[in-house]
Amino acid sequence: MPEKHLSTQFDSELSAVSTRVMELGGLVESQIRNAIYALSQFSAEVANQVTEAEARVNAMEVEIDRELSSIIGRRQPTARDLRLLIAISKTTANLERVGDEAEKIARMVRRIISSGAPRSLPSLELRVASDLASGLLRKALDAFARLDTSAAVAILKEDDLIDKEFDGFVRKLVTYMMEDPRMISPSLDLLFLAKAIERIGDHSKNIAEFIIYVVKGEDVRHTPMEQIESVVK
Amino acid sequence: MNTATPIRETSKISVKDLNFYYGKFHALKGINLEIPEKKVTAFIGPSGCGKSTLLRVFNRMFELYPEQRAEGQIVLDGEDLLTSKKDVALLRAKVGMVFQKPTPFPMSIFDNIAFGVKLFENLNATDMEERVEWALRKAALWSEVKDKLSQSGAGLSGGQQQRLCIARGIAIKPEVLLLDEPCSALDPISTAKIEELITELKNDYTVVIVTHNMQQAARCSDYTAYMYLGDLMEFGSTEQMFFKPTRKETEDYITGRFG
Repeated sequence: MPEKHLSTQFDSELSAVSTRVMELGGLVESQIRNAIYALSQFSAEVANQVTEAEARVNAMEVEIDRELSSIIGRRQPTARDLRLLIAISKTTANLERVGDEAEKIARMVRRIISSGAPRSLPSLELRVASDLASGLLRKALDAFARLDTSAAVAILKEDDLIDKEFDGFVRKLVTYMMEDPRMISPSLDLLFLAKAIERIGDHSKNIAEFIIYVVKGEDVRHTPMEQIESVVK
Repeated sequence: MNTATPIRETSKISVKDLNFYYGKFHALKGINLEIPEKKVTAFIGPSGCGKSTLLRVFNRMFELYPEQRAEGQIVLDGEDLLTSKKDVALLRAKVGMVFQKPTPFPMSIFDNIAFGVKLFENLNATDMEERVEWALRKAALWSEVKDKLSQSGAGLSGGQQQRLCIARGIAIKPEVLLLDEPCSALDPISTAKIEELITELKNDYTVVIVTHNMQQAARCSDYTAYMYLGDLMEFGSTEQMFFKPTRKETEDYITGRFG
């Protein structure tokens, strides 16, 4: 928000809650990074760390919601202040869901390890997709901090790439499973992992849509790309 | 700068190129505006922006002061109020007004309402009683005063007095009701009752309200106009004005960034 309110207290409340969202974003980002590391190294220890830190993600979500309720109740925000607070609320919910996905990956890693033969999984594509997804989340958070709508549009386009990557990966898994029935069980695990990563991309996309909502006042969810681009112009 | 938003409503009052002067001071600058029929239109803006002035032009209240003059047109039902040769009392019977501070006449509750009616209509005692009851019911005051109609209006609480003034305003069955800061001297409960009443009144009347309380405009109006230094800056549906105003100036004022 470029200009200041008459009430400096209101300004500091808004900037405090925005900072909290960025902190939550940073925490969630490191959760994904760790979960993916646990996956690539088949490290039960790192997977456990992710599961332990999940409680902090949840607590931060609750804390941000409490701050939001307090600001809305006391300030009765309007126009772009109102849009910002709604967007923060939804972004927080999306970040918490990303945290859930990271925890899901960690859980799956532990299961694969305990099932035996972890090294035989074709997980390279997964790593590529997960780098894409975590990079996208970082971009979404950066764009949110700067309320940058053109960056938001770029994120929406990039999420389409992740979705395509996911489709390609699913086709590949099907081939593996047809070639060797012993691969069915680990491939299903990989499918769940891939789905979790794909969801991270979707959450980043949602966050990008909220940026456009704050700045332009247009709800661009479920809207074709050409229309979104004309809103942002 | 004026933005006359086209509004898909029947227009009750058309303001065209309205300029208003207090002596040499140019208080309203080329206002163009359509006030929709049977809707609540709120005027907001900082002190001195001209919103109360505009309200006072609507029923030619300003004519009481010789140094004040209005140019342009205010068309109500096809007739230009500013050039109309009709008796101004008849105009005010069509366009009623309620002020910031409750102004009950120093007479009984019953007579406070009957007084205005007698100026325009010859009702027999039964009809008059019916009219008084009707107006008090409309103003959501009947149940509180029905047993003390002969007592002085000054004995009522501030909120009751203000509702009495609204009852007095609607008793002569106007078409437009102008409310100038009707709740600024009232507590939140009385304010809530008046806001409830405003919503009720728009079934029958065109209501125009001037308020410093932005949340009040947001709560009870259908359309909102933002004025600044004698200009109409933006006019649109209340939902749009409070969620996504078109002009930056409006947004700055509404979000409290105005300095």
